[in-house]
Amino acid sequence: MTENTTIDTAAETEYPQPRYDSAGPVAAIGNSKASRRSFIKGVIASGAVASSASYVFGGLSGCTPEQAATPGGVERLMSLNVNGEVRRVDVLPNETLAMTLRYKLNLTGTKLGCDRGECGACTVLVDGVPNYSCSTLTHTVRDKAVRTIEGLESPNGDLHPVQQAMIDELGPQCGFCTPGQIMSAVALLEANPSPTRDEARRWLSGNLCRCGAYDHYLNAVMRAAQSA
Amino acid sequence: MSKDMMPHFELFQPDSEETALDLLSRFGDEGWPVAGGHDSLSWFKDRAKYAANVVDLTGIASMRGIREVDGGIEIGALTTLTEIENNDIVQSRYGLLAQAAGHVASPQIRNVGTLGGNLNQDARCWYYRYGVDCYRAGGNTCYADTPEGQNREHCLWGADRCVAVSPSDVAPAMVALDATMIVRSASGTREVAAEDYFIGPDIDIERMTVLEPGELLTAVRIPGDWANAQFYFEKVADRNTWDFPLVNIASAMVVENGTISRIRIAAGAVQCTPRRLTVVEEVVTGSAPDEETAALAGQAAVRGATPLNFNHFKIPLLENLVKRAIRDA
Repeated sequence: MTENTTIDTAAETEYPQPRYDSAGPVAAIGNSKASRRSFIKGVIASGAVASSASYVFGGLSGCTPEQAATPGGVERLMSLNVNGEVRRVDVLPNETLAMTLRYKLNLTGTKLGCDRGECGACTVLVDGVPNYSCSTLTHTVRDKAVRTIEGLESPNGDLHPVQQAMIDELGPQCGFCTPGQIMSAVALLEANPSPTRDEARRWLSGNLCRCGAYDHYLNAVMRAAQSA
Repeated sequence: MSKDMMPHFELFQPDSEETALDLLSRFGDEGWPVAGGHDSLSWFKDRAKYAANVVDLTGIASMRGIREVDGGIEIGALTTLTEIENNDIVQSRYGLLAQAAGHVASPQIRNVGTLGGNLNQDARCWYYRYGVDCYRAGGNTCYADTPEGQNREHCLWGADRCVAVSPSDVAPAMVALDATMIVRSASGTREVAAEDYFIGPDIDIERMTVLEPGELLTAVRIPGDWANAQFYFEKVADRNTWDFPLVNIASAMVVENGTISRIRIAAGAVQCTPRRLTVVEEVVTGSAPDEETAALAGQAAVRGATPLNFNHFKIPLLENLVKRAIRDA
């Protein structure tokens, strides 16, 4: 999977804002066909993208534009604001944010555990609020700001206070749920900079840890709250 | 990890109720409204249900927010459970609802899960969710109500081929608060009392509310009658997070001169609809909210319960929750 999976904003012409409006589906069909075609041409030029796309979406029938159940839905090409950057990306109507982040934008820090909103490994912030990205359709966050674990480090390489506290307190064991735990903790401290341990416990209750390192995570959150 | 995707569907994102209703009436059986998506997407991911056209309602601003109306409040169906839990008016006057909303699932699910989605969510019977051809799915078998069926979570009342229960924490609170559901379709608006909004398998085995295809729950109105009453909410589940209730209880009680002058009380997860405990209401009205009244209320609450093989425990559980609601509110 390479950076080629995203489309450079500067290299592309302006696409219509992909939103259903009262102008009706007919207007949208014309736009969507043209832009899909130009996108697909671009993709064929790049073998790496074609093969990675078939890895992720292969074996799935019914997701080519020709087989669309009803025309007139959302425009697939969209701009996604991730970690302060606006990135152009081709998103299927049935694609979840976790899929887009991991397999289109190469932001693999966000983990997929259960893919059912039952574990919290995929937690990202949408407009500052923790969401399960496995259960969020990417098209529903078009106008919002997404933050993932990759967006926490400051440009000079300093870790976010929560990340640093996780290291200092030996928060994670296996580490798989850690990005999700950290994203929940970051949102907590932004909403409430000095939580009690019980408040932190409740706020992080939507993130499972199979190793059972909950107390270590809470130690880290409380340390980050003091250092921030 | 799942590298799989949901089957393809077209996604529509209307920005007004009118456009959404127009789309849904056009799509008929092939349309599927989605708000927070936690109920819907798991159906699609599991290939248990499918819709060709998904209508994302979250861009409709008019269906969001909490307003004061006629001495009560109106809550847009797209208001998230977190917004409800943290809202000042809800907290100060309808604490019951704030508590119920705060007990749903997990923080992340409450952050996107909406009032409408919570009230309209489908049955959580795992056989049904697994995609088997049970009665509720249009077949002719119930897999839960068999000698070996795993029915620990299932109903005590109202079994009719299907033994699934109402899984909502918010629904019993709405029944206790005597809320009114505002239902819109392309052809007009109707209002339905919360108590009548939910329906059992005897009325229609394939759905849990009176909503017809093409209709949307746009808002819920809560009257002023029960504002600042003495509230009691408790949910018992196997886990503190994520889990659906084994039994929950919601009550609104007004005590004057040491006696209960009026009360509405409802339990969830004991039948297919939130069960309003009218017998309890009749037993306790006019009495003091003490230990003796609470004991009578608890006994009255469980009369007629018909347990399945593995859910007998729900009878003393409900009895105790009703006791606490009367005694500890």
